[in-house]
Amino acid sequence: MYTAAIFLPLLGAVLAGLFGTRVFGGFIGERLSQIVTTGLLFLSAILGAIILWQVASQPNSSPVTVPVFTWIASGELRIPWALRYDTLSAVMVFVVTFCSAFIHLYSIGYMHGDSGIARFFAYLSLFTFAMLMLVTADNFVQMFFGWEGVGLCSYFLIGHYYDRDSANAAAIKAFVVNRVGDFGFALGIFAVFMLFGSLDFGVVLPGAQGLPGKQIAFAGTLVDGQYALTITCILLFIGAMGKSAQFLLHTWLPDAMEGPTPVSALIHAATMVTAGVFMVCRLSPMFEYAPDALALVTVIGAITCFFAATIGLVQNDIKRVIAYSTCSQLGYMFFAAGVSAYPAAMFHLTTHAFFKALLFLGSGAVIHAMHHEQDMRRMGGLWSKIKPVAIVMWIGSLALAGIPFFAGYYSKDIILESAFGAETNLGYFAFWMGIAAALMTAFYSWRLLFMTFHMPYRGDPHTYERIERTPWTMMIPLIVLATGAVVAGYLGYKHFVGEGWQSFWGASIKILPTHKALEHAHHSPLWVALLPVVVGVLGIALAWYAYMTSSRFPERMVAANEPLHKFLLNKWYFDELYNAIFIRPAFWIGRLFWKGGDGKIIDGFGPDGIAATTIKAARRVAALQTGYVYHYAFAILIGVVVFVTLKLIGVLR
Amino acid sequence: MALREFERGPRMILQALAFYVFAAVAVVAGIMVISARNPVHSVLFLILAFFNAAGLFVLLGAEFLAMILVIVYVGAVAVLFLFVVMMLDIDFVEMRQGFVRYLPVGALIGVVLLIELFIVVGGALALPEGKAVAEPIARLGTATNTEMLGRLLYTKYVYLFQAAGLILFVAMVGAIVLTLRRREGVRRQSVRRQLRRTRAESMQIVKVKPGEGV
Amino acid sequence: MWQIGLGHYLTVAAILFTIGIFGIFLNRKNVIVILMSIELMLLAVNINLVAFSWALKDLVGQIFTMFVLTVAAAEAAIGLAILVVYFRNRGSIAVEDINVMKG
Repeated sequence: MYTAAIFLPLLGAVLAGLFGTRVFGGFIGERLSQIVTTGLLFLSAILGAIILWQVASQPNSSPVTVPVFTWIASGELRIPWALRYDTLSAVMVFVVTFCSAFIHLYSIGYMHGDSGIARFFAYLSLFTFAMLMLVTADNFVQMFFGWEGVGLCSYFLIGHYYDRDSANAAAIKAFVVNRVGDFGFALGIFAVFMLFGSLDFGVVLPGAQGLPGKQIAFAGTLVDGQYALTITCILLFIGAMGKSAQFLLHTWLPDAMEGPTPVSALIHAATMVTAGVFMVCRLSPMFEYAPDALALVTVIGAITCFFAATIGLVQNDIKRVIAYSTCSQLGYMFFAAGVSAYPAAMFHLTTHAFFKALLFLGSGAVIHAMHHEQDMRRMGGLWSKIKPVAIVMWIGSLALAGIPFFAGYYSKDIILESAFGAETNLGYFAFWMGIAAALMTAFYSWRLLFMTFHMPYRGDPHTYERIERTPWTMMIPLIVLATGAVVAGYLGYKHFVGEGWQSFWGASIKILPTHKALEHAHHSPLWVALLPVVVGVLGIALAWYAYMTSSRFPERMVAANEPLHKFLLNKWYFDELYNAIFIRPAFWIGRLFWKGGDGKIIDGFGPDGIAATTIKAARRVAALQTGYVYHYAFAILIGVVVFVTLKLIGVLR
Repeated sequence: MALREFERGPRMILQALAFYVFAAVAVVAGIMVISARNPVHSVLFLILAFFNAAGLFVLLGAEFLAMILVIVYVGAVAVLFLFVVMMLDIDFVEMRQGFVRYLPVGALIGVVLLIELFIVVGGALALPEGKAVAEPIARLGTATNTEMLGRLLYTKYVYLFQAAGLILFVAMVGAIVLTLRRREGVRRQSVRRQLRRTRAESMQIVKVKPGEGV
Repeated sequence: MWQIGLGHYLTVAAILFTIGIFGIFLNRKNVIVILMSIELMLLAVNINLVAFSWALKDLVGQIFTMFVLTVAAAEAAIGLAILVVYFRNRGSIAVEDINVMKG
C-alpha cells in the first residue's frame, strides 16, 4: 500500500504518455488517458488518506521505512530507494494526492478541446509521482531526484502550449531559475556528504546534533562544526528559495502563469512550491542547530511575504494576482519555519494548498467562462452569471485573508503569533512584515473579487453573451476544495499546532527546547491574536471603499504615486535587474567565444581555418601515392636502409 | 676441420679461379640484365646469371641445389620470362628522361646499402667464429648431398615441404585463373550437353535402298 | 686471396642484391625488368643462405634455399600472369604508363 500510493501516478503517466500520445500509435486515446490517470490518482489519494490515518494515529510515531531497492552502491556511497513514512511525509502525500486527484478531474473539463490532452495528463501524473518521491525520500539523493523531477515536469507543463513563444520562454525561465537554486541544493548535498559521510536521513538528521563544537575539516581548513552546519543549511535553503520562488529567485513564478490554470493550481499553489517548505521542515533537526541559517530563512521569508504582496496589489491579470499571493504566503511559511515553528508552517502549507488551489481553479473557471479572457479590467458583474464559482472564490478569499472560522485564520494566526512569540528582533520584524502583508492580502483579494464579480461589466459585449456555465467536472473539485478551505483549519488545529502537536508530528519535526516560539504562540497577548483579523477586515473595507463606491480611490492613488505604482507594476524591476546583471553578460560572453574564439582563432588558423589546413595537408600526403609500383618499392627499400642503419648504429655503439 | 690432402695446392687455386670467374660473370650478367635495351637480351643475361650462380653452388658443395637451380629456375622460370617477353611483343625502348632525375637518389640508396652489407659482413668475419672455413661440407660416409637433403627434408621439415607444394599448386591455379579467357567462336565441348543428349535427337534410322545414298 | 672464405661469397651476394635494387627503380623500360630484378635479389639471398650453410656445416640453409626457390618460382608465375592480363587490358607495360593506382 505504501509503495502503491507513490507508484500509481507513475503508472498512469506511463500509460497515458506512451500509449495515449502518438509515441506508440495512440492506442488509448484521449478519453481513456484522462480516465485512467484520474482514476489511478483518486486511488492514490484514498491510499494517501488511509496512510495518513494510520501513521498519524500512532502517538509519537517513528518513521516507517519501506525499502524498494538499492539504487546506487559505489564504494562507501550506498543510496537505497526507500520510502520514509512519518507524519511529515504522510501529511504531504495526502495533500499532494488529494489536490492532484481533484485537479486531474478539473482538467478533464478545463482542457476540453485542447490538442495535447494525453500529453498533459501524462505530465500531470508524472509530476505527481516526482513530488511524491520528493516527500517520501529517505535520503538526499532521492529527494534531489524528486526535486529535479518536479522542476522538469514544471517545465513541460508550463510550456504545454508550446506554439506560444511566451510559454516557451516562461518554461525555460522557470527551469533555469530553479536550476540556480538546485545548484545550491546540490552543493548542500555535497557538504552533507562531506560532513556526515552518508546521505541517509536516518544517519544525517540525528547526527546533526553532534556537530556544533566539533572541529571538522571543511573546505580545506579546520572549522567549527557549527559553522560547517550553517553553511550547509544555507546552501540547502538556497535550493528551497529557488523551488518556492522566494525573494531573489522568484522571477519565474509570475511567468509560470503561461501554463494552463490546472498547472498553476497544482504546481504553483499546492505542491511544487511547497517543496521548499517541506524540505526545511524535514531537515528541521539540522536547521535547529544552525541558528544563523534559521535567521536567514526568517529574513528571506519575511521580505518575500511583504514584497510579493506589494506587487500583487497592482497586477491586472487574474492569475498573476493569485501567483503573487502564493509567493507571499510561502514567505509566511518560511518565516514560520525560521522561528522554529515548523508545525505552524506545515499547517499553513496544508490549508494554503486547499484555498490557493481553490482560488486558482476558480479563476480558471472564470477564465473558461470568459473564453480565455484573463485581464480583470475587462471583467465584472459575473456574480449573476456564474454564481457557484463566485461563491467558492469568496470562500477561498475569506480563507486567504484569515477571517475567523475559515481555514486560513487558524494557520495564519498561529504563524504570526509564533513570529511574535519568538521574542527575537527578527521575529518581530517578521511579525510586522506579516501584518502588513495580511493587510495587503485582504485588499488585493477583495480587489480581485470586486473587479471580477461585482463591479459593472467592462469587457467585450460579445463575450458577456457567451458566458457558459461551468461543467460538473470543474465544479466538483471546486466544491470539495471549498469544503476543505472551510473545515481544514478547524479540524486540523489541534493536531497540527495545538496541544496534540507533539504526538502528531512525533520525531518527524524537531524543535529544540530553547526555541519556544510555538509554545509562546499559544499564550500570546490578545492584541497579537486579534491584529491579523483586524487588518484583514480593514483590508476588505478599504477594497470595498476603493472599488465598490464611486470614490475613484484607485485612480487617485495611482495618479498621486505614479513612480511607486510603476515600480510595483514592474515587479520591483527585478526582471530588468537580472537581465542587466546576468543575462546580458552571459550573452556577451557567448558572443565573445563565438565570434572571437570560434571565428577568429579556430577558423582563422591557416589560410582558411583548421579544416582547410587539414584538407591541404591531406592532399599533399595523398600526392605520395603516385600509382607507380616501383616508387612504392623504392619507398620500401628506403625504409629497409633506414632500419638497417639504425640497427647498425645501435650495434656499433 | 683439417683440409684433406687432395684439396691443397693446385686444387685450391683452381677452386679460387673458378670462384672468381663465376662471381665476375654473375655480376656482369646482373648489370646487363637491368641495362640491356632489348628485353630478350635481359632475359638471356638473367639465365647466364643463374648458371653462374649454379656454379657457385657447386663450389659450395651444394650440387643438388645447383642442379635444381638450373632445372627449375633456368628451365622453367626463365623460360617463362622469355615466353612472356616474346608474347607481349615489347618494343625496344630508349632510356627515358626520368632516368637521370632519379639516378642520384637511387645511386645513393644503393651505395649506402652496399656499404652496410660490407660492414655487416666484415664485422661478422672479424669475429673468430667467422674465420677460416674453406672446405666443402663433410660427407657422412658416402652419402651425397641429395641424400642428406632428402633425409632432412622428409623427416623434420615434411610439413613445410607439403606447404611448399600447396603454394605451388595455388600459384598454378592462380596463374590459370588470371589469364584464362574465353575466345568467341572456339568450339569446345559441353559435357553436360553431351550427357543430356537423347537418342531421339542424335540418331535417325533411315531406310536406305541399296545403291542409293542418304 | 686464393683462400675463398665465407666473406667472398657474401660479398658476391651483396653485390648481386644491390644490382637487383638498382634494377627496380632505375629502370625506365618495362615492368618485366622489375620482375627480373626481384629474381636477382632472390638469387643473391640464395647464395647467402647456401654460403652460410656451408660455413656452419648445417644443412638447414639449403633446405631453406629450396623453399625460397619454390616460392620464387610461384611468385614469378603469378607476377607474369598478372603482367599478361594487364597488358591485355591496357596494351602497354611501359613503366611510366602504369599508374592506375594514383592517389
